[in-house]
Amino acid sequence: MRFALRRLGFFVLTLWAALTINFMLPRLMPGNPALAMLSKFHGELTPQTLKALDVLFGVNTHKSLPAQYVSYLHQVATGNFGISLDFYPKSVSSVIGSAIWWTVGLVGVSTVLAFTLGTGLGIVAAWRRGGRLDSILPPTFVITSAIPYFWVGMVFVLVFGISLHWLPYVGGYYVSTDAPSLSPTFFGDVLAHAVLPGLALVVTTIGTWILTMRNTMITTLAEDYVRMARAKGLPGRRIMVDYAARNAILPNLTGFAMSLGFVVSGAILIEYVFNYPGVGYMLLQAVQGEDYPLMQALFLLLTLAVLLAILLADIATALLDPRTRTAG
Amino acid sequence: MSMPISGISTLGPPGLEPTTGPAAGQPVPPATHALARMARAVRSNRKATAGTVLLVVFVLVSLFPGVIAHDSPSADAYAPRLGPSTAHLLGTTAYGQDMFAQLVWGTRNVLIIAFVAGLATTGIAVLVGVAAAYLGGLWDGSLSLLTDVLLVIPLFPLLIVIAGYAHGGSTPVLILVITLTGWSYTARQLRSQALSLRGRDFLEAARVRGERRLYIIVVEVIPTMISLIVASFLTNALYAVLFASSLQYIGLGDPNSESWGTMLYWAQNNAALQTGQPLWALAPGACIAALGAAFALLNYAFDEIGNPALRPVRRARVKRAR
Repeated sequence: MRFALRRLGFFVLTLWAALTINFMLPRLMPGNPALAMLSKFHGELTPQTLKALDVLFGVNTHKSLPAQYVSYLHQVATGNFGISLDFYPKSVSSVIGSAIWWTVGLVGVSTVLAFTLGTGLGIVAAWRRGGRLDSILPPTFVITSAIPYFWVGMVFVLVFGISLHWLPYVGGYYVSTDAPSLSPTFFGDVLAHAVLPGLALVVTTIGTWILTMRNTMITTLAEDYVRMARAKGLPGRRIMVDYAARNAILPNLTGFAMSLGFVVSGAILIEYVFNYPGVGYMLLQAVQGEDYPLMQALFLLLTLAVLLAILLADIATALLDPRTRTAG
Repeated sequence: MSMPISGISTLGPPGLEPTTGPAAGQPVPPATHALARMARAVRSNRKATAGTVLLVVFVLVSLFPGVIAHDSPSADAYAPRLGPSTAHLLGTTAYGQDMFAQLVWGTRNVLIIAFVAGLATTGIAVLVGVAAAYLGGLWDGSLSLLTDVLLVIPLFPLLIVIAGYAHGGSTPVLILVITLTGWSYTARQLRSQALSLRGRDFLEAARVRGERRLYIIVVEVIPTMISLIVASFLTNALYAVLFASSLQYIGLGDPNSESWGTMLYWAQNNAALQTGQPLWALAPGACIAALGAAFALLNYAFDEIGNPALRPVRRARVKRAR
């Protein structure tokens, strides 16, 4: 229980740090960059919008920095992230709401896929240590870990999209011939568009899971209870799955949480390469269009997503590992 | 998230530690000992050899680009969109620049980022990690908290946001931003290793000799951790290459700089893949991957080499925890 509370405190603190980064950055930059943005849109904005933006970025204000900070936190806590300037006059929240499900679908599915597949391969590689799989996989993934995410995406676009014409490689669906609906054609359309970016994400992230699972599994295989199971003459598969893998997967779950930052950066770049209509592509559009309110909110959202995933991994570890329960 | 060993503040009774550490028997100073061991290991380990050769090639190319590529990388002197030929090994861009020359001249920028950001990141991490472990108490608490918070905030979006406000970054800005945000993982690793070193005999001996704290940290502690520090430098250099190139690719670098990421940016802007110029985008990406692979191979090799060297330290930590 104390552990859970300390963990919760840490999450709150991290979120507060992210908020503070959002608050400080535009104010720290030489010549507040938001000033240029505001003057660009000056004629088109309503007074309320302007006021919300003033609070967010600290322009046109005579308040002291601490006072600005308080009103900033208040405004963000009430969920007001201002108006998106690229998608004027939509609010930032509604713009993000339209993009987030694309990312949740694409990144969620491919991360679960990569984690399951990678962990499975790691188990087998460690079990047959020195075997063919084990001698090929680790060196291969040492090399692939150095390949930029977007480059994998580009190769996929070139080979499967442009040369072979197998699959679409731009956007989330055929914008010109299809409209979002619940029809099976639209569903198939979305699926077809998700294959290439999803595959690219799986390929770029799977190596981490394989390597960490293999390494913890090798440590676990040296434990006494595994030797005991062998001595009892239990079938190999049973030892591999129920004795070794079951225990080795716990550190992998923690590793899963720690590596999510990489999944996020991979997803941003992959979405950019495929013009996928998710939050990663939106973040880059916001940066290029100097849509700072949208950019701030997306950064917060991504931090929150990582924190939530770590929380889920924590809960899973607590459920799976009796030691953490008694210790708490 | 704090390490289970963080509560150790008192020194263990002297004489119980295993006496297999670098400073235990031999008169060899730990630093030269470790470096010599590394040099020997690089020669004997195939991955390390491959990584070293790759890295040396890139360094040579970055030092003497003019010897290899005779064309200017920026002059749009040729017909646009030429295919690969003997005159233009990789063809020309949509602006009529020689692609091979761009690739060769771009090596320098990437290597500078890799080495400067890699070194600076590792330097900050050593400072924070060792200070946290050695000063203990409130210092440890606050430095560790800072490290953990930075570790959880997704790095790439943070880089994008900072570079976005700065309206894209020149190379020094990119290096600065990557350095300031990227040290947390290494700092955490180094802290836990420094903690495990705290009760060792040779440190106790230095203390009894009356050495100052700073002397002990710089001369006694850091050289003992040299293999982990080198491995961390290689990882940090790899991530500096990947992050900087990614930022340049999405247009947050200096669009006039000569580097692989900037080439990718212009290739993307001109839809190189769709207009039949795939080499414009693929070649710089392949170079990034090759340079990254050099760092990754060296790192993997050092992991193999470095772990046995760390083993006595680990054993000491396990004993302590019980």
